[in-house]
Amino acid sequence: MARSVTNQRKTINTIAAWAVGLLIFFPILWTILTSFKTEGQAIADPPVWFFFDWTLENYAVVQERSDYMRYLWNSIIIAGGSTVLGVIIAIPAAWSMAFVPSKRTKDILLWMLSTKMLPAVGVLYPIYLLFIKLGLLDSRFGLVIVLMLINLPIIVWMLYTYFREIPGEILEAARMDGATLKEEILYVLTPMAVPGIASTLLLNVILAWNEAFWTLNLTAANAAPLTAFIASYSSPEGLFYAKLSAASVMAIAPILILGWFSQKQLVRGLTFGAVK
Amino acid sequence: MATQQSRSAARLMMAPAVILLLGWMLVPLTMTLYFSFKTYLPLRGGDLGWAGFENYTRFVSSSSFWPAVQTTLVIVVGVLIITVCLGILLAILLDQPMWGQGIVRILVIAPFFVMPTVSALVWKNMFMDPTNGLLAHLWRFFGAEPVQWLSQASMPSLIMIVSWQWLPFATLILLTAIQSLDSEQLEAAEMDGAPVIKRFWYIILPHLGRAITIVILIQTIFLLAIFAEIFVTTGGAFGTRTLSYLIFQRVLESQNVGLGSAGGVYAIILANIVAAFLMRIVGKNLDA
Repeated sequence: MARSVTNQRKTINTIAAWAVGLLIFFPILWTILTSFKTEGQAIADPPVWFFFDWTLENYAVVQERSDYMRYLWNSIIIAGGSTVLGVIIAIPAAWSMAFVPSKRTKDILLWMLSTKMLPAVGVLYPIYLLFIKLGLLDSRFGLVIVLMLINLPIIVWMLYTYFREIPGEILEAARMDGATLKEEILYVLTPMAVPGIASTLLLNVILAWNEAFWTLNLTAANAAPLTAFIASYSSPEGLFYAKLSAASVMAIAPILILGWFSQKQLVRGLTFGAVK
Repeated sequence: MATQQSRSAARLMMAPAVILLLGWMLVPLTMTLYFSFKTYLPLRGGDLGWAGFENYTRFVSSSSFWPAVQTTLVIVVGVLIITVCLGILLAILLDQPMWGQGIVRILVIAPFFVMPTVSALVWKNMFMDPTNGLLAHLWRFFGAEPVQWLSQASMPSLIMIVSWQWLPFATLILLTAIQSLDSEQLEAAEMDGAPVIKRFWYIILPHLGRAITIVILIQTIFLLAIFAEIFVTTGGAFGTRTLSYLIFQRVLESQNVGLGSAGGVYAIILANIVAAFLMRIVGKNLDA
């Protein structure tokens, strides 16, 4: 039975929720607005809100002066590469845990999760040293590997919780009909698992895109992704608000859009299936 | 059900993930442990021999250790209190019937998708800058002297920035938990005349218990490790040096690897204590 709600109460709820929502969103909104202003308008007091001469100049300047496209490309390769690689490695593992569980499955899952809790700063120097020795410092390949390893536990977990929801009887039926293990995975399991795999990809691209410990510490000029690109605006360029805003918008826009599609998966992925 | 053949196949399929994670955990961990017992200064001759437990005692007895522990605790606890309390209120608000619920949800969640370096920099320059920042404009509008946020009120500013990033996470998870609450129970309580406060305290809050615990544990793990926010805003100055930032400085800035590694071992132990609690909850859920 649904509760009947008076329109008056609904109106109050709406006003309160929108006010809070806009307040929380305000820094992002302000950044977007500022990115279309001139530098003078960006620091104007009192601030200008919507009525200014909208300009795209900042975006052009940022691209021209700091080669935005290169950082974007690095971000895409690193976030995309690490996620795809992680999913390829995780699918068989999650499959076997979900459909051929043994006594140790739970322990292995929890152990994997525990590797995720390892504080990055505790292993910073060893990784740094290994990267120098292997010639991986400031390379995209090195970051792809590190971010893949960081997110692998989450990927395995997410896939595991999705796979577990697929009824085992269907797989058994396929097996009865003489499907080999390979056929079973390729033709029976995969089509049913596509939504889960897609959500896993989405969330992990977001996590890898925003990762800001390893990407800042293991890159210099060549492999630096957008997190490092923005950090380079720290000062003194950061005082040019309009350009800083344009750079920020370009760094967060792709993920903001992807993120809005992944709200539901976010909860499941980040709580390791403990809250659904 | 599973045949012998599928069992060995299963083990084989698990192998790559398990071996990779095992290597990722063991190799750097062993190296950190090894370095922590060494006098190791890459810029001043490299490996200068065994140090016993000296790095461990020096790390703890250095004058920056206790302030760093305090800073870490203040940030973690401060952000947890703000995000969990506001998160509960927001989740309840967002659960109410309203117009445009989907859009409000998107607005509230958005900060979570902003990369840490961007949110730190936008807050630092565009909001907290003492001359041109928006907050300075606001303060002047009311005739007050603008605050030097990141130097005079460095900790509250940092807590505020980090809370802004994590509030969406807490809200989203608590909202998901609230939506699974049986609304008939609430209606029954309402008809019996239970006031709002009592309904919240005796029905909603107990229902949220587990979700709140999970939010606290997961956020603690991430908050213990915050890096970019400090790196971009204060660089560890003005009393914002956390334990992880201190270790980072020892290892990469002053290149005292032995000392930093001993700090790293402390950090790993600390994180494991928190993680053990989280594992318990998640593990219980696996059986269900």
